[in-house]
Amino acid sequence: MISRNFALILVFASFFGLTAALPTMAEEAAPLAADPVAEKRLLELSNELRCLVCQNQTIADSNAELAVDLRREIRGMIQAGKTNPEIIDFMVVRYGDFVLYRPPVKGITLLLWGGPIALMLIGFFIMQRYLRQRAKRVAKDQPLTADEAQRAEALLKELDPK
Amino acid sequence: MNRYFWILGAFVALVALLAVGLGLNPRDVPSPLVGKPAPAFTLPVLAAPETTLSPKDMQGKVWLLNVWASWCVSCRQEHPVLVEFSRIASVPLLGLNYKEVRGDGGFDMGKMSADEEKKLAFQRASQWLSQHGNPYTATIMDLDGRVGIDYGVYGVPETYVIDKAGVIRMKHTGPISPEILSKKIMPLLAELNK
Repeated sequence: MISRNFALILVFASFFGLTAALPTMAEEAAPLAADPVAEKRLLELSNELRCLVCQNQTIADSNAELAVDLRREIRGMIQAGKTNPEIIDFMVVRYGDFVLYRPPVKGITLLLWGGPIALMLIGFFIMQRYLRQRAKRVAKDQPLTADEAQRAEALLKELDPK
Repeated sequence: MNRYFWILGAFVALVALLAVGLGLNPRDVPSPLVGKPAPAFTLPVLAAPETTLSPKDMQGKVWLLNVWASWCVSCRQEHPVLVEFSRIASVPLLGLNYKEVRGDGGFDMGKMSADEEKKLAFQRASQWLSQHGNPYTATIMDLDGRVGIDYGVYGVPETYVIDKAGVIRMKHTGPISPEILSKKIMPLLAELNK
């Protein structure tokens, strides 16, 4: 029993040891320490761009080879005095709209942009129709007339003679 | 009854949509380069490092550009298909060796000089080709992957079909299977060579 606990502790300890070591293992691109403005632009730009290797990470998040290369490329372009649209364009020319986390609105992406709004409108339509039908049903539910109330009373008494 | 029919219909439509979505290959990202001129480069040739090659040298020919590296596992898978292709087809097949050394991940690039990297890359690429067969008319060396970026390379191997005018007509990402070669690439080459 003691040895089993000890093994568990060992497993946990090695797990924490490994995860603690991970950040130091990740290959970090040399920052533009001298120019915080450029570094901030690099971060903004790379947060807008998809890493095509991992597909669900931005270039800023990813440590894939390609992301590291592309960050270096962006950094070079910033130093060369390129504007943000120029840099974004550089990426789109090579990797297509897929590289953008916010794809442009055009024919092929209409469903992507308009889909959620269309779904919401359909939902509103269905809800409105349901509410209207329910209102009609409720309106039909008239209270009993004095005559009917008397009859109902009589029937209930018959059922429960007390 | 009618109401349940609608719910069932919506459910079936949703399942169909998801089934189609699952069947798609997320790696198959359409390249914006198809229909555009092949990006220019001037890179050293593996067999003769003092000479260079550029797409201009291929003008007037239909040719293939295959991106590979010795560390790329899928390249090994497609290699026999390329070797077979080079035996039967008369279309030039250029190999673009992509980040032979720094793409490997097993080297500390901070400790390696540019000359050392170059030497090692040429040596590794030549060795790999002599070991597995050389299907390439010529191999050019993209040590830092800069040309790879211009070609939108994101997963080796990749293959481009370029026409006589130097326009990219097709891009295939991932290893070429015999089916892709015979059903897609060969017919396109025949059409372009007409």
